[in-house]
Amino acid sequence: MNRRCTLAILVNDQPGVLQRVAGLFGRRGFNISSITVGASEEPGLSRMVIETEGDKRTLEQIQKQLNKLIDVIKVVEVSAQPMVSRELGLIKVNAEPSVRPEIFGLVDTFRASVVDVSPHSLIIQVVGTSEKVDAMIELLKPYGIRELTRTGVTAMVRG
Amino acid sequence: MSVQQASQAQAQAQPQRSKAELIEKWSKPEVITGSEMLLRSLVLEGVDTVFGYPGGAVLYIYDAMYGFSDFHHLLTRHEQGAIHAADGYARSTGKVGVVIATSGPGATNLVTGIATAHMDSTPLVIITGNVVQQAIGTDAFQEADIVGITMPITKHSYLVRKAEDLPRIIREAFHIANTGRKGPVLIDIPKDVSAAKGLFQPVKEVKLRGYNPTVVPNRLQIEKLLDAIEKAERPVILAGGGVIYSGAHEELYEFVTRTGIPITTTLLGLGGFPSGHELHMGMPGMHGTYAANKALQNADLIINIGARFDDRVTMRVDGFAPHAKIAHADIDPAEIGKNVATDIPIVGDAKLVLQALLPEVRSNPKVEAWRQQIKKWQQEHPLTYKDSDLVLKPQWVISMIYETTKGDAIVTSDVGQHQMWAAQYYKFNKPRSWISSGGLGTMGFGLPSAIGAQIGNPDRLVVSINGDGGIQMCAQELAVCAIHNIPVKVAIINNQVLGMVRQWQEIIYDERYSHIDLAGSPDFVKLAEAYGVKGFRATNKEEARRAWEAALAHPGPAVVDFVVPKEENVYPMVTQGRTIDEMILGDEE
Repeated sequence: MNRRCTLAILVNDQPGVLQRVAGLFGRRGFNISSITVGASEEPGLSRMVIETEGDKRTLEQIQKQLNKLIDVIKVVEVSAQPMVSRELGLIKVNAEPSVRPEIFGLVDTFRASVVDVSPHSLIIQVVGTSEKVDAMIELLKPYGIRELTRTGVTAMVRG
Repeated sequence: MSVQQASQAQAQAQPQRSKAELIEKWSKPEVITGSEMLLRSLVLEGVDTVFGYPGGAVLYIYDAMYGFSDFHHLLTRHEQGAIHAADGYARSTGKVGVVIATSGPGATNLVTGIATAHMDSTPLVIITGNVVQQAIGTDAFQEADIVGITMPITKHSYLVRKAEDLPRIIREAFHIANTGRKGPVLIDIPKDVSAAKGLFQPVKEVKLRGYNPTVVPNRLQIEKLLDAIEKAERPVILAGGGVIYSGAHEELYEFVTRTGIPITTTLLGLGGFPSGHELHMGMPGMHGTYAANKALQNADLIINIGARFDDRVTMRVDGFAPHAKIAHADIDPAEIGKNVATDIPIVGDAKLVLQALLPEVRSNPKVEAWRQQIKKWQQEHPLTYKDSDLVLKPQWVISMIYETTKGDAIVTSDVGQHQMWAAQYYKFNKPRSWISSGGLGTMGFGLPSAIGAQIGNPDRLVVSINGDGGIQMCAQELAVCAIHNIPVKVAIINNQVLGMVRQWQEIIYDERYSHIDLAGSPDFVKLAEAYGVKGFRATNKEEARRAWEAALAHPGPAVVDFVVPKEENVYPMVTQGRTIDEMILGDEE
């Protein structure tokens, strides 16, 4: 039975390290639903957060194979513990003056924000779990989404 | 006098230095070029031979090697020959094999050899040149992204950015290649880096946070295994290449003889346990023995030491060993549970695992009935073939090679039917005596790996068993044998077809023989002679014995062309999709 899994991978900040990790997933047929990379608390090390899914054996293989990479320092299955996971979405939505009050209402409800205002559109920034970003997008669809971009999930164990 | 002769004369003029003297000589911090740093670092790693082929991007390195006498460089005739030779050297000695090639095509010609080493966990350090850093990414002449190309088939790789990094990178590369689960490490050196000068400071310590292989087994798991051994009535040991790579053959012998548990050794595990021993059942799997396959399939406990449950061993994996509890000891945690669900996982070095088990095991009387059952299987269907006095049978040739070399030779093989017959009929008694591309199944491996094995073992007899297909994939390396008088004895089991493909087409594809005919191959005796190697041909038993003995008596390299019928198949055989006890047994006498 497949389940979703969020991994935080501490890696050397080296050229090619993203290629090593992504290549491993590709070559062994592992799935990547989302991937984010950025600095970690330690200089010289980056942290990747990968969302993946698979059965028990696949998820175990993913972690074991990642650990074999010399540039991988540590793999933590964040989703095995209580975690905070966040994603940021930018949504450019059609917004003639007549519908703006409605849209602002949605933005307020989601504690999202309007980060750009143009004569015919707005850019809305929403931060939250992937499900929250999904929900925001669904609600904005009727107005006409012109452009959409999402960062992918980053996550951390609580406490 | 040619340049090469001059360089060799220069090398011979200098006395051989001891390792300590070399370390003393080359450890001094000094401002030198990246190329010189490379050579010094290799000497400090104890390298005595590198296999290579020069070209534009490694000219600075080869210039630094001009007259350099503290290791040997063997010029092959193709980069693939160089890397397989380095592989044969590494597998037969346990030391890291080193190969150098230029950028672009030089580097891509290594790819098959890198994949071969990666699949079979051979420690190699591969040095490639690259174009100058400024030109990287511009599709410059002879540019290839060899680091990118080889990422899935190396244990690790480096693109060197500045000369001062070389001592650290080389130290790390040797450490990574020859510890944990061994494997190939690639170092790509742009031409400006090999030319640049910098301060050479030897590196002794390796600091790699992301690399700490577990070698000492977990006590709790060892106890679980001891308990399982105590309870088992039908136990089997499955030993693989890990036993040989960790030097655990003596511990394994102790373990098997003390417990009385029957053992089967995989293709790469051959030599890890004496083949003639009464508890040894031979090889398991697709062309395994009847007894080994029946034993695995009926076992109640399988103790896997350093094998990876390869699909050629398990065959139909969901029907593999249905009654057995599986214990799996491996240095690579990712192998445990990868192919076969495991009950007792043990991460560790095979030698340390066996050392942990040894003090607490004893002969278990419960196993006696099982041993009798296995003996019965062995007697019912031993390895056999229909011999002939009219034509030369390949199995007979291998047996003859075994008898005349008393089982003491280092044997390398190519890939195909002859490889399986060699694995079945040559009885290996010592580790590091059987050099064969198991995982990747690389044709062209047999001859160059024999050259490397002979260089690493100048005092041993090295025999290379090949098919008439595979020998033609690296036959050019006969030149190297002749020039340097490398006395390998090359047997060609010549059936004039691609035999293993023919066998599959006969059995599985209704005798539709598609593109397997090798008729028109060169006269191998004349080919050998053209290279300056002694050549012989045999078409019957008497000729075969005479030719082989003449080849053995000849002080230099020799090729013997054994002409055999093409209809001969390798048996037993398990076809794909079947469990290992569903064997086709073939012709029995």
